[in-house]
Amino acid sequence: MLAQNDIIAPSQTQFQRLFANGQLKMVLIFVPPAILVFTMFVILPMIQAGLFAPYKWSGYGPVPWALNEVTGKDFGRWVGSQNFERMLSHSAFKQAFINTLLVITVSIAIQIPIAMTMALMIYKSSRINTIFRLIFFLPYIMAEVATGLIFSFVLDGNYGLSKSFSDLMGWDKAFFPLAEKPWAFYCILGVIVWKYFGFHMMIFIAGLQSINSEVLEAAKIDGAKTLQTVFLIKLPLLWPSITISVFYAVLGGLQVFDLVMPMTAGGPSNSSHTLVSYLYMFGFIRLNIGYGSAVGVFLFVTGVAFAFLYRNTVQRGQS
Amino acid sequence: MFSWKESGRIIVLLFVSSLILVPLSATVLGGFKTTGEMRVSPFGLPREWITEVYAEILADSSFWRYLWNSFLISILTVALTLIFGSMAAYAFAQAKFFGANFLYSYLLLGLMFPFAAAILPLFLTVRDLGILDTPWGVILPQVAFGLAFSVMFFRTFFAQMPDELFEAARVDGCGYIRFFFLFTLPLSTPILATIATFVFVQSWNNYLLPLIMLNDREGYTWTLGAMDYRGEYSWEWNRTLAFVSATLAPAVVFFLAAQKYIVAGLTGGAVKG
Repeated sequence: MLAQNDIIAPSQTQFQRLFANGQLKMVLIFVPPAILVFTMFVILPMIQAGLFAPYKWSGYGPVPWALNEVTGKDFGRWVGSQNFERMLSHSAFKQAFINTLLVITVSIAIQIPIAMTMALMIYKSSRINTIFRLIFFLPYIMAEVATGLIFSFVLDGNYGLSKSFSDLMGWDKAFFPLAEKPWAFYCILGVIVWKYFGFHMMIFIAGLQSINSEVLEAAKIDGAKTLQTVFLIKLPLLWPSITISVFYAVLGGLQVFDLVMPMTAGGPSNSSHTLVSYLYMFGFIRLNIGYGSAVGVFLFVTGVAFAFLYRNTVQRGQS
Repeated sequence: MFSWKESGRIIVLLFVSSLILVPLSATVLGGFKTTGEMRVSPFGLPREWITEVYAEILADSSFWRYLWNSFLISILTVALTLIFGSMAAYAFAQAKFFGANFLYSYLLLGLMFPFAAAILPLFLTVRDLGILDTPWGVILPQVAFGLAFSVMFFRTFFAQMPDELFEAARVDGCGYIRFFFLFTLPLSTPILATIATFVFVQSWNNYLLPLIMLNDREGYTWTLGAMDYRGEYSWEWNRTLAFVSATLAPAVVFFLAAQKYIVAGLTGGAVKG
């Protein structure tokens, strides 16, 4: 999705224009606000996360290495790589990392195929397809928090689907999937598929609609079967859309948080955390700014390394 | 004309639709049931339609305050993102200046950043600026994170606009700044609408930033309010479900109406009819 920088040869007129018609003035007024806000609220905090990560610090005072006049000591304490070591050996962190990888795996291996199947079924323009498209897109535009609350009801052992299920099985004890160890996170995974497949489906529909219909006509005349057209023509032509979809699935998967809070808040016994909910619980709630920053750095490095590698390998040559 | 293939397709589509619509209808209907009935029939129609729960929520002033706070934050986020984003993109598209490419690539870094990674230092920045617990503490970070993609979309759009118009205006003595506000922006309504809708949706649904930045109930957005409500009435599901329905209803209507712009935002900016 990175737009290519169009390089226009500097012609005489453009060079003259630099000062003409107030171009310089325009640049000086138009560019700084965006750069300033972006630097202040995106870039600087990210750099700070790197700087705070080797400290034990509660966030009291301006920076951890400043001197606290009252106590005569610095606000924070330098601990070097301890935060990272603690993080990597913390079982809840390992679980959060595994869970995040699970989200990404499920998104790619289950959600995207479902989205593709649905897209192939309804990409053609017709009234009934438009209605299905709206229905499938509905979960995507709902807030994660609302979705999480709805599903914590559906999966509540005393009410909802879970109750109907345990009644059906004749269990006399109610089953609370969101409070059972492996099940809690599987439920979150299911809700992620439920919520986001429509998003990927829309990307595929846009891709399918831009396939030249003559290609498909030609294949039909040559006697290609439905599945043959799908696997030999449509899917290869959709490759750019698929790569975009996978990119979003990974970067979005790294950041799952809003759904976790209403459904399990990371429980039971920290088994359903994602990287971000772990960061929130162990960094923000306990005001361990240094420790939380170390988790943030981990998240950042993972995300950027992936984005960089992905753009330079899989998405190479695509705009 | 009956065809097995077509009916198979419809059956699959109806099945998937039911997986989506049944939880949603249970949510809306849940607000019309008593707690007792919810236990017995969570998904069916209410035997007796109870309107007290909804009425109570709609008469609750904090419910409207949550909605208003979310609305205010979203509208201001949209306005600032559009203004800052379009201005910067216009400069990048129209002017060749030293460092232009560098600054543009710098802004695009925002597309690769996992936003939550820097949430703790961001919290401290907002605290040190003295805007914690104000709408600005949510608005400004949201604008900053929305800039990357909006500048990219705006720049692509502006670069495709014909040069002749500007040449003509220039002869009449119209400068860049005046031209931008008089001609470029009014001619850019499709891209403005796309970005506005997209930014609005993200802001309206945002939970993590308000959770970190807003402590005072007076300033809560509806997402915080909904979670609060759930905590307060934990076993009265009909209340939580009614609350969720009442907040979702206007949003869903708006989002479905603006669907075309959301999809355009997802798929690369081209708005099709």
